[in-house]
Amino acid sequence: MSKDKQYLPEDYLHYDQRQYGMDHKRYPWSMLHQRQALTWPNGKSLAIWVNVAVQYFPLNQKGIPFKVPGGMTMPYPDLRHYSLRDYGNRVGIYRFLEAFDKYQVTPTFALNSRLAERIPYLLNLLKERKDEIICHGYHMDALHFAGQDSAVENALVDQALGKLRDLTGQEIKGWISPARNESENTPDILAKHNVEYFCDWVNDDMPYYFNTQNKPLIAMPLSNELEDRFVIASNQHSEQSWSEQVCDACDFLLEEAKTQGGRILALNIHPWLLGQPHRIQYLEDTLAYIMNKSGVWSASAGDIMTSWRQQNPV
Amino acid sequence: MKEDPGFYDYWPYHNRPKITWPKGARLAFWVAPNIEFYELNPPNNPYRQAWPQPSPAVAGYSIRDYGNRVGHARQMDLLDKYSIRGSISLSTALCDHHPEIISACVERDWEFFSHGIYNTRYTYGMSIEQEKAMIRDSMLSIHKHTGQKCAGYLAPALSHSEHTLDLFAEVGTELFGNEGGFYTCDLFHDDQPTPIKLRSEKPFVSIPYSLEMNDTIAFAVNKIEPRRYGEQLKRNFDRLYEEGKQSGTIMCIPTHNYQVSCPHRLKAYEEALEYITGHSDVWVTTGKEIAEYFIENYYQTIQNDIAAKGRTL
Repeated sequence: MSKDKQYLPEDYLHYDQRQYGMDHKRYPWSMLHQRQALTWPNGKSLAIWVNVAVQYFPLNQKGIPFKVPGGMTMPYPDLRHYSLRDYGNRVGIYRFLEAFDKYQVTPTFALNSRLAERIPYLLNLLKERKDEIICHGYHMDALHFAGQDSAVENALVDQALGKLRDLTGQEIKGWISPARNESENTPDILAKHNVEYFCDWVNDDMPYYFNTQNKPLIAMPLSNELEDRFVIASNQHSEQSWSEQVCDACDFLLEEAKTQGGRILALNIHPWLLGQPHRIQYLEDTLAYIMNKSGVWSASAGDIMTSWRQQNPV
Repeated sequence: MKEDPGFYDYWPYHNRPKITWPKGARLAFWVAPNIEFYELNPPNNPYRQAWPQPSPAVAGYSIRDYGNRVGHARQMDLLDKYSIRGSISLSTALCDHHPEIISACVERDWEFFSHGIYNTRYTYGMSIEQEKAMIRDSMLSIHKHTGQKCAGYLAPALSHSEHTLDLFAEVGTELFGNEGGFYTCDLFHDDQPTPIKLRSEKPFVSIPYSLEMNDTIAFAVNKIEPRRYGEQLKRNFDRLYEEGKQSGTIMCIPTHNYQVSCPHRLKAYEEALEYITGHSDVWVTTGKEIAEYFIENYYQTIQNDIAAKGRTL
């Protein structure tokens, strides 16, 4: 072993951003409990945002710069993962739709644009329901990442949003990046393409304004920690536990709303995961529990965003 | 490199002298919220990477920011409800970034101890002078913003050097004499305090802080369910409370506002706090108060007992 240990450079103890507020200019520092309380339409206290990730994982995954979580892991052709993800869009989502209708839940569908291109039947069905559709990037292997050439990323956003707007006839105001990963330019590019809100950042339980080189975006709070994939697939908790965690969160937020104003319970769920026969019951029971509470408002992400914006003008 | 850090000798967990906490309590209970600042774009450290991907690491950075924006006030409310004063493990740059959090804790007479400057600046690779300067900066920041003489240390992101404890104790003495730099949370070898051998012969003690009860270890490393975490806290308490009849024990819950203060985790945590503080012979206190009490009343006795039980060879 070398005796000449390499020490860190002098400037390792320099702190350029050590000042009031954040260490960047994207949004100002603000504590949730100190903000003006807000009320959802009709005096409701808890907005329920059920976000369905409708995803397409290509078989010929490139994995640049990383393999997307949930994507192909085996040597080509990874039929097991390709087809199991496909299961969600063929089977699982129909179980979801039935559950939403039964419990009068208003879902929001986050679509990979490539999926909308590939499956006209499902696209038309979602369009006919008139639920809000937001863009989840082009497909799950079309990642946005640090160091990505901004012209390349711009073209990717252009393609994803353009296709989805054409195919759905909807305005497409919302965005979630594949793997919720971004480059340093992603928010600027999204704002330039008339995206109004994005859902990648998980630093709040309420919306807030996020600065860009263009007009500000609204960051919408879509919890990672309560997501079915995070709880069931990554943490290996049971379906039962996922349901308990969501119900505990619902109770807590309803209680907090009594003193601090309207809150949001945001559930990001995947038809390939919770849409399985042995799991769907837990989603149904969870939705039944939530929708049975007084004071809840099941709404699309865009409606929640609009209500917040009306009460928090720029 | 050494085979053994050399901080303490073997001290078997039976036939120990009896420790009794104030008012005859048999368990000293403290909660240590880590209030941390992680940088979006930290400088490179060749020994440890701050984020799994190049900046912006949106998921990792933003959930930690959630702890300060959203989580802190929630945990503070809960600790108020059960009359618990937090002992804060502080990324001391947070005094500059988020003084509102600091003043809310000062109002409540919570304790602040040093957890470095940022949780994205590691001790690894620092020269002795650099580490000393970093520790000094952190202790001075606490003093400047809270008036407190920093007594305790938990190295930033648990990144240590061989010199960490010596440097902390010595900087503490330089700044505040025996009133600063006299306990550490960095060692996990016991459920009771241990006198620590340092090159200065200053009385210095390791206070049990517990990795196992740490919410980040529970949720992010061991990946357990929130309700199971609540159960583990209660069972950990039950056993230490029972054993505290023989000789006083310590239970610490180290927390992070980006973990335990998420809406789906607070209920189980609250149930555990309610359970623990509902017992009569519990001293609800802070890390510093435990260390002071131990040094004042038991340090010499315990040192003698350890010496009598034989050295580690």
